[in-house]
Amino acid sequence: MLPYIVRRLLIAIPVLIGITILNFCIVNLAPGNPVDMFIDPNTPQQLVEAKKEMLGLNDPLIIQYFKWLWQLLQGGFGYSFSSFAPVTHIIGERIGPTLMLTSISLTLGLLIAIPIGILSAVKQNTRFDYIITGLSFIWTSMPQFFLGLGLIYLFALHFKILPTGGMLTIGGDDNFADRIKHLILPVSVLTIAIIGKKIRYVRASMLDVLKQDYLRTARAKGLHAFIVTNKHALRNALIPIITVFGMEIPLLLGGSIIIEQIFQWPGIGQLTMQSILSRDYPTLMGLNFIAAIIVLATNLFMDILYFVADPRVKYN
Amino acid sequence: MIEAKESPSQTPLIQIEGLKTYYPIKKGIFSRTVGHVKAVDDISLNIYEGETLGLIGESGCGKSTIGRSIVRLENPSNGKIFFQNEDITQYSNQQLKPIRKNIQIIFQDPYSSLNPRKKINDILSEPLIVHKLVKPHEVQQNVDQLLDAVGLPRSYKNRYPHEFSGGQRQRIGIARAISLKPKFIVCDEPVSALDVSIQAQILNLLKDLQQELNLTYLFIAHGVGAVKYISTRVAVMYLGKIVELADKADLFNHPKHPYTQILLNSSPLPDPKLRNKERLIIQGEVPSSANPPMGCRFHTRCPYVQDKCKNEEPLLTGFLHTVACHYPLG
Amino acid sequence: MSMTDIRVNPTTRMDAAQMIESEPEERYTQQIIRRFRKNRLAVAGLVVIILLILTGLFAPWLTPHNPNELTAVFSASPSTTHLLGTDQVGRDVLSRLIYATRISLIVGFITVSIYVTIGTILGLISAYYGGWMDMIVMRLADIFMSFPYLMVILVVVSILGSSLTTIILVLALFSWPTVARLVRGSVLSLKELDYVKAGVALGLSPARIMFSHILPNALGPIIVNATFGVAAAILSEAGLSFLGMGIQPPTPSWGNMLSDAQSLTVLTNQLWLWVPAGSILLVTVLAINFMGDGLRDALDPKQ
Repeated sequence: MLPYIVRRLLIAIPVLIGITILNFCIVNLAPGNPVDMFIDPNTPQQLVEAKKEMLGLNDPLIIQYFKWLWQLLQGGFGYSFSSFAPVTHIIGERIGPTLMLTSISLTLGLLIAIPIGILSAVKQNTRFDYIITGLSFIWTSMPQFFLGLGLIYLFALHFKILPTGGMLTIGGDDNFADRIKHLILPVSVLTIAIIGKKIRYVRASMLDVLKQDYLRTARAKGLHAFIVTNKHALRNALIPIITVFGMEIPLLLGGSIIIEQIFQWPGIGQLTMQSILSRDYPTLMGLNFIAAIIVLATNLFMDILYFVADPRVKYN
Repeated sequence: MIEAKESPSQTPLIQIEGLKTYYPIKKGIFSRTVGHVKAVDDISLNIYEGETLGLIGESGCGKSTIGRSIVRLENPSNGKIFFQNEDITQYSNQQLKPIRKNIQIIFQDPYSSLNPRKKINDILSEPLIVHKLVKPHEVQQNVDQLLDAVGLPRSYKNRYPHEFSGGQRQRIGIARAISLKPKFIVCDEPVSALDVSIQAQILNLLKDLQQELNLTYLFIAHGVGAVKYISTRVAVMYLGKIVELADKADLFNHPKHPYTQILLNSSPLPDPKLRNKERLIIQGEVPSSANPPMGCRFHTRCPYVQDKCKNEEPLLTGFLHTVACHYPLG
Repeated sequence: MSMTDIRVNPTTRMDAAQMIESEPEERYTQQIIRRFRKNRLAVAGLVVIILLILTGLFAPWLTPHNPNELTAVFSASPSTTHLLGTDQVGRDVLSRLIYATRISLIVGFITVSIYVTIGTILGLISAYYGGWMDMIVMRLADIFMSFPYLMVILVVVSILGSSLTTIILVLALFSWPTVARLVRGSVLSLKELDYVKAGVALGLSPARIMFSHILPNALGPIIVNATFGVAAAILSEAGLSFLGMGIQPPTPSWGNMLSDAQSLTVLTNQLWLWVPAGSILLVTVLAINFMGDGLRDALDPKQ
């Protein structure tokens, strides 16, 4: 097992280097350079040149890349163009709310999608199955921003039972109930997107397992349907399901931008939008890099989990 | 005992010299090669023009690997393969192209050997067009002739493979193999996947085509029956090595290697009266070809094993009837 | 025991071939069409998509107004002259919705055709040649897939400037790896089949083997993936436009029309400005997904 994990980690190294290169390229695609963009056009040319020299913008791209990489290795992403605070610091402040939002949604999604998907498979071709399948189609096809706006309209503006956005009521007491109230709508949107997709996946892999001969044997032996489903089928269906939930993480991180924008959630999604609008490249580079690292780490973790959980993988 | 029609003095069409095909076994963090599966381990073999060399052995003994190495679907780890005295072992794809016209293969499984998305016409005309063997307007005529040759109605050419039975598919596979007018065909267990009644038809077809087109065959099989029917000479393989090679009649009537004897005995007998006779039954499992036994590879299962067999590897000896055994039978 | 006993006279070669003179079985495509038609939702999805394509094609003849024409009334509620009302600068919402169909379909279909082509070629080459080629393509795929999809697209589009072409190219740039992996997976198993080996033995060129022998047999999953990809690309464009980084007004897109609803007044009191745009987007994506599902069942009856 250890050799597999080490091997998997070694493969991740070139990918990690690739990520830094691509990330650097993306931000340096920008026409012009930050100094030209931000500085008052009336500033004397000499001053502009001095500023560029200071920021290292006159170096060849490859040198700039290694300087950025060196900075990165020391744990820094440089300073924000707009607030001049260290990028690490800015991202650190914002990552908490995003992780809270995504982890709650992912957990809820798992807890809802797995039992419903299994039930749908066990009751294949019943009315329950049809309704669930139909709903899951609608949920996957639903644009997140449309659903978000609809929910705000309904619950915040029409029924006035939930806040329109934010993480807490400004000026209100910071209590648990208030936080939960603010979480309900954004979590619902993300969770619905997750369960829509995953119910179909859980259902399909459960149907796959249910068709296997060893389950027929179990049923033929007269084992109760409940035991067959839960003891024999579930364990084998669950392994791929869990890893597939891990694949949701990049989508969740991407999707959080829209959710955080609609619900004014102070996470990294909102920070991304703000940095884009203020052309704050160091922050964008940092954000992109951290997001990619999170995805890479999750994939690694899921692969290893899969390897540990499924004895068949070891023989390959 | 030695039939005169075999004249091994003539130059061989195919010559295999010290052929080794090893597959690496990889392990650990850096995929280090920790050993090799020795599918074919140092085999030399001549195949003469016009003959059918039968090659028999249990599954996994490496017989298919030899066939696929000659057609260069496998790249040998070591050794040389000559076609008409031309060493083709290191040839690139480009250099092989004219050679490939002369060396073809018929596969075991008639279902996976035909592309399900192509009509019979496309399957048979493509090689003709690619090798520019005939003028474009003659392609159809050639396809018709190929179908005639393998005994299929010309009207079948507009159909897809899934519309045919296993035997018919194998005929199409044969038509494809002879389309380039090859000199040599590897028949890789061509009848093993077919019903017994169809097997005889396909074997007869192969025999007829051999005469009409002056073909040379390497006929690979794990069963004795087909090989006995079609071959002129027969080679017996065990764990990547040839253990016995002789003229057909000689080998079947006077097997010298204990393994050959057991192999011949193990095939079902059509005469029930003979079945009560004591039969030698092979014992034990086939050893791993990654780690073949020391000495004679067969010693772990040989009924006549002696001490020498466990330590010293026997070489293939003899002039026309060669055998690799320290204590050959009668 | 010799086989000679059952030797067949060569002249009977033809009779022995077990001729089955039944009607030729249905062709592969006919089977697929038959299975697809049994799925009513998939057929409905296809009908909706065809209607949308026609709407996009004939937009100028279907629209009651010029989509960019500013009428006197701002944010007018639906009436007989403006069936879905007017927007905040007085343009007819229905006409804009109809024209926006074009943007969505163009983005959906062109993006997918670009990245499916790239992904298919890379996946084919990667699996067929293996070795370092495979290693490089797969690590590249890993790199591109590590960036959260919408986030990286948003950043790149914002840096390059948001034109229709940029959006399409950037979406394609970050979408090919899924197809490449999918194709690689099927090619790895297909290339071991005997009919591919037969192609090698016949001296066919690698390109011919890859594109004429292997690819047609790997098409099923690619087509299904491409169908779902169209829906995903349409959603991504709408998301970008919603965030103000996609199609820029005055060009109408369902996403940028929904963008207006970020103001509370519009959200609360001017439902016609966002509910129709959101609904038509939902219906479009739903139709494509239904069709994709039907195609998957039709192309692979095992699932």
